Order: sequence, then C-alpha cells, then structure tokens
Amino acid sequence: MLLGEVDFVESTGVMVVKSVLIFIGVFLIVPVLTVVERKLIGRFQARYGPNRVGPGGVMQPLADVGKLLGKQVFRPENAIAFLYAIAPGLVILSGILTLAIIPFGNVEDGVGLYGIDVSIGVLYFFAFSSFAFYGLLLAGWASGSKYSFLGAMRSAAQLISYEVSMGLALLGVVMMAGSLSMTSIVEAQGSIWYVVPQFVGFLIFMISGFAETNRSPFDLPEADAELVQGFQTEYGGMRFGSFLLAEYLEMFVVSGIAVTFFLGGWMGPGPPWLDPVWVVVKILSLIFVFIWVRATLPRVRYDQLMSLGWKVMLPLATLNVLVTAILVTVL
Amino acid sequence: MSEPEIHTPTERGLLPEDEDPSIGLVLEAEAAQAKLEADSVEPEQELLTVNMGPHHPATHGVLRLVVSLQGETVLEVKPVLGYLHTGIEKSCEDKSYWKVIPFVERMDYLSYFFNMEAYCGAVERLLGIEIPPRAKYLRVLHMELNRIHSHLVWLGTSALDLGAISMFWYCFRERDRVLDLFEMSSGQRMHTRYFQVGGVFEDIPVGFAERLTAFCDEMPSRIDQYEALLDRNEIFLHRTKNVGIVSKERLLELGVTGPLLRAAGEPWDLRKVTDYLAYKDFEFSIPVGTVGDGYDRYRVRLQEMRESVKIVQQALEGMPEGPYLHDDRKYVLPPRDELSTSMESLIHHFKLVTEGFRVPPGELYYSVESPRGELGCFVVADGSSKPARVHFRDPSFVNLQSFRDMSVGGYIADMIQNLAMLDPILGGVDR
Repeated sequence: MLLGEVDFVESTGVMVVKSVLIFIGVFLIVPVLTVVERKLIGRFQARYGPNRVGPGGVMQPLADVGKLLGKQVFRPENAIAFLYAIAPGLVILSGILTLAIIPFGNVEDGVGLYGIDVSIGVLYFFAFSSFAFYGLLLAGWASGSKYSFLGAMRSAAQLISYEVSMGLALLGVVMMAGSLSMTSIVEAQGSIWYVVPQFVGFLIFMISGFAETNRSPFDLPEADAELVQGFQTEYGGMRFGSFLLAEYLEMFVVSGIAVTFFLGGWMGPGPPWLDPVWVVVKILSLIFVFIWVRATLPRVRYDQLMSLGWKVMLPLATLNVLVTAILVTVL
Repeated sequence: MSEPEIHTPTERGLLPEDEDPSIGLVLEAEAAQAKLEADSVEPEQELLTVNMGPHHPATHGVLRLVVSLQGETVLEVKPVLGYLHTGIEKSCEDKSYWKVIPFVERMDYLSYFFNMEAYCGAVERLLGIEIPPRAKYLRVLHMELNRIHSHLVWLGTSALDLGAISMFWYCFRERDRVLDLFEMSSGQRMHTRYFQVGGVFEDIPVGFAERLTAFCDEMPSRIDQYEALLDRNEIFLHRTKNVGIVSKERLLELGVTGPLLRAAGEPWDLRKVTDYLAYKDFEFSIPVGTVGDGYDRYRVRLQEMRESVKIVQQALEGMPEGPYLHDDRKYVLPPRDELSTSMESLIHHFKLVTEGFRVPPGELYYSVESPRGELGCFVVADGSSKPARVHFRDPSFVNLQSFRDMSVGGYIADMIQNLAMLDPILGGVDR
C-alpha cells in the first residue's frame, strides 16, 4: 500500500471502519448539499426553494432519490449496454476515492481522521479525479446520442485544458511544504495558511476547480441551452442521479483539497475535537462560493474556455511555480 | 373576373432575388449536407448533423434546427417550421369580425395587444371609423406595457440560454407585475381581448393609475439592476459582443424589422415613421445600435424598455377624458343599461351578437411596431360579416430568415445566443 510517511500502522479493522464511514459519509453529504444548494439558489433568485417536504424542505433529497429510484431503468436502443451501465459507477468511484484522502483532522488516539494518508497525496488526487472523466467520456460515447457525444468531447477537452494548470497551482504549495502528503501539508501551515503566499495558486486552483467539477460557468459538457444535458442526456432514473451525486461529491472534494492545501485544513482556534468541524465549515464556505457563482455568472463559450485555460491560466500557473521555486530556494 | 396575379415570394419582397426561396423554410438535410461535403469540406472530415428540436430547451418554442456541425462550428443551419401551426389565419375566415379578435391574440402569444391592434386597426380603417382619443391612449398604454412584458420574457429566456439562470426569475418577477396590471384593466393576465373594433373593452378601473405609476417609478431601477448583472459581466460581454453580425443592407434585403434592424443602426420604427394611434403625442426616442451584434440587440431592447416606461407615464398623465369606445351602434355593442330602455339598442345588440357587423368590400394592410418588428395585418372584406382573408405579416417569421446569416461559421453556442437575441415567437412564426 501507499502508506509512506505515516509513522504508525493502523489495524485492518480500523481501516475497514473508516472505509465504511467514508462511504456512508458520501451518502449523507450529497443530499445535504443538494438541499442547501437549492435553498440558496432559490434565495438568490428571489424565490423560496424547496419547502414542501419535511420542515423547511429538508427532506426534499429523500423525495428526489425516491422518485429517481422509482424510475424505469432505461437504455437507448443504440447505446453500448455495458459501457452505458458502468459509466455512472466510474464517476462515483472517482468521487469516493478522492474523498478518502481529505484529512478532517490530525492523528488522534492512533486513528487518523482521514481515509488514507498517502505519501503521494497530490498525485493520488489527480489520478483519481481524472478518472471521473473516463466516466463522462464513456457516458457520452456509449449513449449513442449526438448531444451526449458533443458533451463528452467537450469534457475531454476541458480535462486536458484545466488539469495542467490545476496541477501547477498545487505545485507551489508542494514546494513550500516540501511534501506531497496531505497531513504534512496541513501541518506545514501552522504559522501561515498557504492562501496568503500562494494566492495566485489558490485562484487558479479554484477556477480550475469549477472546470473540473463541470460547474457553472464552466458547465459546458452539460450546457442545457445547446446540448440539452450533454453526456447525461440519455440517462434517467438513478443512473442520472449518480451523475448528480458525483457532481456534488466532486464539488465537495475540490473544496476539501483547496481547504487542505490553501486554507490550513483543520487549523483553527479551539480544542482539538473541533478540528473536523473547522474542516467542514471551511469546505462549506467554499461550496457556498460554488453555488453563488452558479446563481450569478453566465456560461462561457467553448473556445473561450480553451483560450482561458491555455493562454491565461497555464502561463500564470507556470509563472507562479517559477516564482515560488526561486523564493523557496533563496529564502 | 380577371386572371389572378401569381406572386412569387421574390416579388412579395420576402426574399432577395439571388436567394433560393426555399432556404429558411424546409430543405432536406441530406441534400444540403451532400452539397456541403462537395463544396467546402475535405473528404476525410466528417460532418455531424444534429437535429435540434422541435423539443429542445433553447429553441424558444417548437422550432426545429437542422444543424451541420464540424466540430463545434456551424457549417449550415436550417430552421424547420410548422410544429406550432394552428391554422389561425384560416380559422379566422370562419368567424365574424369581432370573434376573430381572441383568435389573433394567440398567434404571437407574447404581444397579444399588438396582434389585437393590428387586426382591430385594419378593420376600423376598412369601416372608416376613428376611435376616440381616450381609446387611443389606453391602447398605447397597454401596448407599451406589453412591449415591456415581452422584452422581459425575452431577457429572462435569453439570459437563461447564456447560462445566467437567475435573470430569468428577476425578469419574471417584474413581468408578473405587468400581468397584474393587465388583469386589473381587462380581467385577464394574458390574451385579454381588451381591444375591440371601435375602442377598448372597458375603461381602466379605480386604483389602476396608482399601481401603474408605482410600477413605472420602479421599473427603470430594475432595468439598472439587470444591466448591473449582465453589462458588467465579462463573460456575458464576451459571449455577445461581435457575435452574429449581419450587415444592415443584408437585414434590409431580408425584410428584417424591429430591434434586430435597429441594432444594426437603422432607426426604422413604425411608431415614428407612420402615424398611428397617438404616438405623435409622446416624447420618446428610438434606440439604435452600431455594430449589429448580439450585444447591440440586447442594449437596444433594454433601452426600449426604458422608452416604453416613458411612453406609459406620458400616456397616463395626458390621458384625455371622454368615451373609450366609439358610439356607432352599427359596430359597437351598446352599453348594457341602454338595452332595457331603447328598442334601437336592443336590435343593434341582437344583430351584433348574432351576425356581427358587416364590413364593406375592400382590402387593407395595417401595420404596427410590435416588440419584434413590423406586425402587419392584411384583411380582405367581401361585404359579409366574416373576413374573406386575414393574413398577418409576423415579424418573428420574417426575422427568422436572418438566422442563417447570423449563425453560419460561428460556434454552436453562438447559434443559441443568436436565436435568443433574435427572439422569435413560434406561435407567430407558424400561426
């Protein structure tokens, strides 16, 4: 396994429990996020948002999932059956795997408050978050629909354009912390959060994060105005729900990575047991930004997305890395 | 009887002479694709023909677009019409004149007051009656409110097409206030049948003026808010500026009118050019654009809303006293209270309700400036109580011809933007 820098070995039992907790956590986080987003967007748009199911509409996700589960499992005639079925699974898998490395707190009583602490943290994140795009590509390809195909093409192009700048944005932090491990990076932020010295990197990471999660204003793969629903067009029922679930999950993960790398992870005033609370609070405030942006900004055009990625973000990220490298060496 | 003249579409001025009259209507996708492949595309390149619509989120109704794509670039686009064809024009021939009014309202379902005015105005001119000044003012007031309402729907849906979802709700919030006003004056929110031959159906009720004033005072600041959200947004500017430019000359060739033409710099507005209703009494200006891109179209319409607010305010302030309905009992229903006292009125009432009034033989074209351009109504009367022919020149239909010129060579996302800024109403296109 990849348990490089951990100075203790957790028992298999603990790891199994943690895996189960993460899995359950996923299915708790996403419904909360959906209802939070819908309520917030509703308020942004001068309306109420869901308020019929349960007190204040909090049970709305249950109703949604119940409806989606009740739908007929349907596949278009010219879809590739096997790929069509596994594509949503791949996307969710990617979300859960990346969630595993987000630290919610330091090691306490021999148990780390994270799924796993891999020594190659950043690389792990990129490896498995990119994995989601295979899901999108397969979904678009296997649906046998032109809208889906165009959506899949867009997501592929988007991945290539933004993955690079995203990686370079994190590289500055890695150089400053001198480690790829998530916990070490958080611990290195004891004196100052990296959002201050690495502000450019933070901005680039967040903008790329919007592209990575297919959120507005970079929701081109599922641009409803021109591509109906992009790669999801032909999906229905809980398979469609899986894509939604994965989108929220990715939003959570990207926010989690940003918190870990730039916003000091579990750092915060108060006793150690508050650490996970701090992480969640920071993540939720970043998610609020995601939702805010969605309610405000129009969607960019495909070529503008490309030119932003290659002509602005990439040079800026490279410059950021260069400057950081010089400063780290000199100081 | 003499041989009827056969008019080709070119002679009617719908299309320029060098244009294939079938373009813009229906063309087989395969034929066009074969032509394209022969003309412009290398053999190894593949074209993707996407059939957008008739059920597609961004086609604003049931427009079908057959699009040939090379990657994300639009090589050819053909709007296919007819999915909302309701045969209204034909059905009108089977109704007496006053029963046609609610029918024609439902064509361009966002500018029902304009449809009514085009039709009622044409019939009034055929009859040779002049409506009272108060009726003129009431008509102008409602038509300009309707223009605001129509532009609000356009702004909301266009912004939605560009991904700015919240604008939709903001615009519909204000639109609802306009509809509340319509409900107050006519009893209906949409398709009011408020205008009728000889004037309007009813005077505005008590309290209407106050609510209208409150709305007019607030609306400019709301438009400022829309501008704050969109005009200062870099993404929106990038999406709309220099997109979908068609030259003024080409637009004139195609017969395009309304905000599209004005955005290209041609200040053609029937409210100024011709003298109908009471528009000469009001101070207002005609906003024009310079480039004719999506951004200009957006700016022109937003500015038109401000001008409409001004007209509404002036119409309310200068509203003349007097009757709101013509008093010629041959064409206009007598008031209810006269029926119990006057035998004449009872007879007129009976005749009007059962048979309807008769219109002397003749034909007439009357046009008004609708939110989308020149909305004309052509009525042929044969002396009976039913029109022999009712035909509408709907601006949505004519303007849609410029869609291909806007979109070919651009990106597919720009095509959607162009369609949004074109603002076609399919109910009006198909009729």
